[in-house]
Amino acid sequence: MYQWDFSLVWQYRQILLVGLQYTLVFTVLSVVAGLALGLFIALARIGTPRAVNIPLQGAVELFRCTPFLVILIWFYYALPVLIDINLSAMMAAFLALTFYGASFYSEIVRAGIVSIESGQVEAARALGMRRWQVMRRVVLPQAFKRMIPPLMNQSILQLKNTSLVSVLAVPDLVYQGQLIAHETYRPLEVYTTVALSYFIVLFPATLLVQRIERRLALSD
Amino acid sequence: MIKVHSLRKQYGNNIVLRDISLSVARGEVLALIGPSGSGKSTLLRCLNLLVQPDGGQVRVGETRFDFNAGQRLPRDAEQARFRTTTGMVFQHFNLFPHMNVLQNVMEGPVTVLRQSRSQAAETARALVEKVGLSHKLDAFPNRLSGGEKQRVAIARALAMKPSVMLFDEVTSALDPELVGEVLNVMRDLAHEGMTMVIVTHEIGFAREMADRVLFMKGGVVVEEGPAHALIDHPQEAATQAFLSHFHLRHHAMSEDSHV
Repeated sequence: MYQWDFSLVWQYRQILLVGLQYTLVFTVLSVVAGLALGLFIALARIGTPRAVNIPLQGAVELFRCTPFLVILIWFYYALPVLIDINLSAMMAAFLALTFYGASFYSEIVRAGIVSIESGQVEAARALGMRRWQVMRRVVLPQAFKRMIPPLMNQSILQLKNTSLVSVLAVPDLVYQGQLIAHETYRPLEVYTTVALSYFIVLFPATLLVQRIERRLALSD
Repeated sequence: MIKVHSLRKQYGNNIVLRDISLSVARGEVLALIGPSGSGKSTLLRCLNLLVQPDGGQVRVGETRFDFNAGQRLPRDAEQARFRTTTGMVFQHFNLFPHMNVLQNVMEGPVTVLRQSRSQAAETARALVEKVGLSHKLDAFPNRLSGGEKQRVAIARALAMKPSVMLFDEVTSALDPELVGEVLNVMRDLAHEGMTMVIVTHEIGFAREMADRVLFMKGGVVVEEGPAHALIDHPQEAATQAFLSHFHLRHHAMSEDSHV
């Protein structure tokens, strides 16, 4: 029977907390940037000429149909060579997370917008609204309500995806865990603690999504 | 008030409107009748450019648009400004579900005409009262019956102070017992001298309310004339065939009521 001993992990708690901070900061920054970019892409793809739409769709599919780990490594090792720049591991991780997130967010936003009945747009246009007014006053307020649950679910995935940035030696929760495991030879305790840390952050988030989903269902 | 000249519209190979011309005088009520797919609704939507014609002219008030091959379509801003002069009411209401009754009616004046909220609210309250729904000002559309929704939709269109009102089968989606309340509001509007174009299957209402009736089939105007004359004594075979359905039902109903 294995003898669990978490006392060593407790000694290294500061290092894990730093890791948790990196995980959370990377999540928040890449969710905000990804949402902004995703919204921009979605709006740029609706009612625009094919010359605009098709390249954007291509880019979105490229990111959606490639594993995040591959994108991450590509951003760090390939992109700097291609466009001849220096990219720190942090920056490469942030960009990869943002673009990967944006490709999923943009599809959620686009699906939300096109799910609004065409009669709503007709009614708004019949009142004399400009295209952007129709979007801002009529379509987006209704669409956002439908988008909230899938956007939150995607953001939960986004937090989990940050664990992969450890391969670029970005000191997130997983990377810090690896350090401690090497020091202490206690991988079982360390990785259990790491797993629980993710769970403690994300479980309340999933409960929140469920509650919001139920509330939105009621107000429909 | 409205003048349409040799209007054409087609979707792919399907010609929806062939060389349509019509005019509506100020204060006149014109009813468009005809079987489904005859192009009535498309014609109505061309009057406020919700559908862009492929050819011909549309004039409402002082604004005229020419649609011909090679001519660029009017810009978004031009279209929007033009649409403020026409009010439209739809078969499926299309109220904004995230706004209550008052907000629905205020939306056009506040967003499009840049009126102050207090001024828009005052006008909106008066219009909601006019359609008999003052007690529902704070209600959201999902709490309204079909007839109530449609009356709010009429108030919302009137809030823009349009010079023309367009009605697109506004009673077709209503339960039979709710049709009357909507027709009453439209009747009041007509008596106030509003210029109206009504696409309808309510032949009795068209006969009673419209000054003129225009019968369409297959994208052409088959017959047009004064409402009573056209509905009671149609000249064209197609018009007679179409109206016979309604006359039969009309007779059947009056026989029922004698029993």
